[in-house]
Amino acid sequence: MVSAGDGANRIGLTMTSAVAEELMRHARRELPNEACALLSGSLAQGSATSVHPARNAEASPLRYNVDPEDLIRITYAIEDAGEDLVAIFHSHTHTPAVPSATDRRAAQYPDVFYVLATLADPSLPAASALRAWRIHGGQSFEVPLAVE
Amino acid sequence: MSRVRIPPVLRESVGGAREIEAAGDTVSALLDDLFGRYPALAERVTDDGELSHFINVYVNDRDVRYREGLSTPVAADDTVILLPAMAGGAR
Repeated sequence: MVSAGDGANRIGLTMTSAVAEELMRHARRELPNEACALLSGSLAQGSATSVHPARNAEASPLRYNVDPEDLIRITYAIEDAGEDLVAIFHSHTHTPAVPSATDRRAAQYPDVFYVLATLADPSLPAASALRAWRIHGGQSFEVPLAVE
Repeated sequence: MSRVRIPPVLRESVGGAREIEAAGDTVSALLDDLFGRYPALAERVTDDGELSHFINVYVNDRDVRYREGLSTPVAADDTVILLPAMAGGAR
């Protein structure tokens, strides 16, 4: 497993355009609220290959909390499939795809990527609306995101 | 003893175990037993000695927030899971 640290902060995330489009569809479908999902694949390769949409228990335009029942179900489904949790996704409905103070404070998964989408500009293509980050120690570090 | 499933994100703090056993007839008592034996786990999931607000606790796959919180009873054949929440938001 990739551990959090200066080196890990430089490792980027790769996803297919199909995965990126699925994330954006999920984000738009959940409007006016923030959307959330888990991404699985290979953490060692920094590759997200599957999207697992989750309910936002907050049902809020400003907050997300992956529904606890969805969280446990998806976490073990990913492990049972022999995959890794690679990234945690959520949308910002009116602000940039940059972790907020709330995002940084609440982040509990230092070893995975955080993928954010902005819906502030509906004309943005998925590859531009999505950004990838590491969050640990209350700080966020942007990492390269390749949509292939 | 009850079964405690450890998700991948917390395994490093219990020496890599996927499951461990713990004793206690409530979630609170069970966590006391667990944290006494796995101090690294306690450090990972507590703030100022209290279970972090960002840690979900499940008994038989049900979040104890929707039951009796840390006072939720735990039976010997129950399965307990600790799982950090995924939360945040624009504000």
